[in-house]
Amino acid sequence: MKDHSTSKEEFEEEITAKGNLSINFRELWSYRELLFIFSWRDIKVKYKQTSLGILWAILQPLAMSIIFTLTIGRLLPNINQNVVPYPVFVYSGLIFWYLFSNGITNASNSMLNNEGIIKKIYFPRLIIPFSSILIALFDFFITFVFYIAILIFYHADIDLIKFILYVPLALLTSLLSIFGFGTFLAALNIKFRDFRYTIPFLMQFLMFASPIFYPSHIIKNVWMALILKLNPMNAILELSRGVFSNQDPDWQTIIIGLLISIVSFFLGLSYFRRTEAYFADIS
Amino acid sequence: MKPILEIQTISKKFSINKQQEPYLSLREHLKKIFKSKEKHEDFWALKDVSFDVYPGESIGIIGKNGAGKSTLLKILSKITPPTSGKIISRGRIASLLEVGTGFHPELTGRENIYLNGSILGLRRAEITKHFDAIIDFSGVEQFIDTPLKRYSSGMQLRLAFAVAAHLEPEVLIIDEVLAVGDAEFQKKCLGKMGEVSKSGRTVLFVSHDLEAVTKLCTKSVVLHKGRMEFFDISLKATEFYHNLSKTSDTNGSFYNQEDQIFFEKITIPNRTINTGDDLEIDIEILQKHLQKNAVLNVNITDHMGNLIAHMINYDDNHQTIQSKTIKATINEINLPIGIYNLSFWAGLDSFTPIEHLPNILSFEIKSVGHYIKRNSNVPPNARMILKSKWE
Repeated sequence: MKDHSTSKEEFEEEITAKGNLSINFRELWSYRELLFIFSWRDIKVKYKQTSLGILWAILQPLAMSIIFTLTIGRLLPNINQNVVPYPVFVYSGLIFWYLFSNGITNASNSMLNNEGIIKKIYFPRLIIPFSSILIALFDFFITFVFYIAILIFYHADIDLIKFILYVPLALLTSLLSIFGFGTFLAALNIKFRDFRYTIPFLMQFLMFASPIFYPSHIIKNVWMALILKLNPMNAILELSRGVFSNQDPDWQTIIIGLLISIVSFFLGLSYFRRTEAYFADIS
Repeated sequence: MKPILEIQTISKKFSINKQQEPYLSLREHLKKIFKSKEKHEDFWALKDVSFDVYPGESIGIIGKNGAGKSTLLKILSKITPPTSGKIISRGRIASLLEVGTGFHPELTGRENIYLNGSILGLRRAEITKHFDAIIDFSGVEQFIDTPLKRYSSGMQLRLAFAVAAHLEPEVLIIDEVLAVGDAEFQKKCLGKMGEVSKSGRTVLFVSHDLEAVTKLCTKSVVLHKGRMEFFDISLKATEFYHNLSKTSDTNGSFYNQEDQIFFEKITIPNRTINTGDDLEIDIEILQKHLQKNAVLNVNITDHMGNLIAHMINYDDNHQTIQSKTIKATINEINLPIGIYNLSFWAGLDSFTPIEHLPNILSFEIKSVGHYIKRNSNVPPNARMILKSKWE
């Protein structure tokens, strides 16, 4: 309240044609409450409508893990030289995959879902894709708690120091790439209305192109392996599985993935910023 | 004193593509790469609008549909950027472009107050501080923990306005808020807005209701086809607006002024009446229309613009106009409480118009008690009150 009365005198703002391309962090910070309100709204509505509530978040990767364990897991034992049990292997990949795919899908649809608000009230538009990513992050934390339970249940042999270092790094890589792809697709979705139909296909394609339910070393072709490394999901999975004592992550994959995710973060953000001002006109 | 808002040669251009869709489809876009460029039509929604607003002023913005009012408000509230020009603002601007923005049907009234308040720019602590006042103003206290989808539309609206009324920005932008709700609630809103402008805050008010504009705003801007045609005290501005609607049709083309005037002056001596009273309208016409056959009709619309009633001098076997002043009396007006607008139309016959004056006067029905026994419990959506016999 006290800074309100003092800033009242000096407050001066210009509205012009050219929006400022750099991100106004102070403004973004002043809207932080709205960010959490949007996330809170969507989480609340999402879990209010399901009878299972929060268990629903666990169910999605769990059901997929069971299916993969019963099918592909049976076919892979010779190739899979890990000491890690297959259910742990696949679940450790799926939780990050669901963070990645739900995050990007949520973010890319977020601007259209909030069209009504965008057309009527001003606030930094970045809040919308950002809050939708927080929802995916919320689900991730729930599944992560369950993941720890699974690790304990299977007596998985993990290196605790690696766990503390790699998991946050995997999370960082995920968030950077989700943010980059998410904001880019959100802006594209507003501009081209038929683009959103390609996103489920894109996600499915990426899912099979990422070593979620198969170990990355089964791809023998060098060029193919290199192309697949461009998918930041590879680096994320490499990190999330690097925590097992008998595994050493491939740092080349991780560095490529991290670089890709940083580049995508800045590209997505700048594309979003460039189209942001006109969202109300074209939506 | 420095102006709180300096609006400097603001223009806004829209490109209209052939499909009339503002957004593109990827398919169309790809097709366009291979084809020659399609023609885009430019449309200036606003052109070189400039005016200053000083702290504490209430400015009305009037103009027909498509005059650029909403575009101006959208630029002021930063929803869309101008194509050229600059606005310097020295205060926080909050807009009520539409109340209830962001309401979610699955959430309860309480949750929606927090959600809507945050979207409108209130801090959580501010909402908590005003929470009781908001509930009190909305009158939905009993249902505050019920999901919004169970509310009637009237209740939702009251809740929405209650939140908006507790915003405390330096500049408040209001657009057509009064077009909704029952008469009693409208009055409450008008009162609140008067309070806001008296408390020293700056208000920009867009409305079709000229009477509300003159009542609430010291000065008014008249927009016409994207240009600012007039900026002065509200009484003069509304007068200018009347003349504007006289001289141009809805497409904006100008008539020969001389031939298109029928009415000289129209007054309603008593503008606040009760249900069951007679409404008198004094009409003065131009000399040259005397002793001729002319069709005169009056339409009554409510606040939402719905046509409520229609009357025509033809029904009274009075086609030849004998005197320069005509007294039209509506007997026993049976409308419920509310503010109504009157439109006047004159023609050589029913199909050949001379002059049309849409929504130029209004009157208010204060109470129904003189007509029927009770004064309350008339359903807000009732358009008419009928006397009845129960035997």
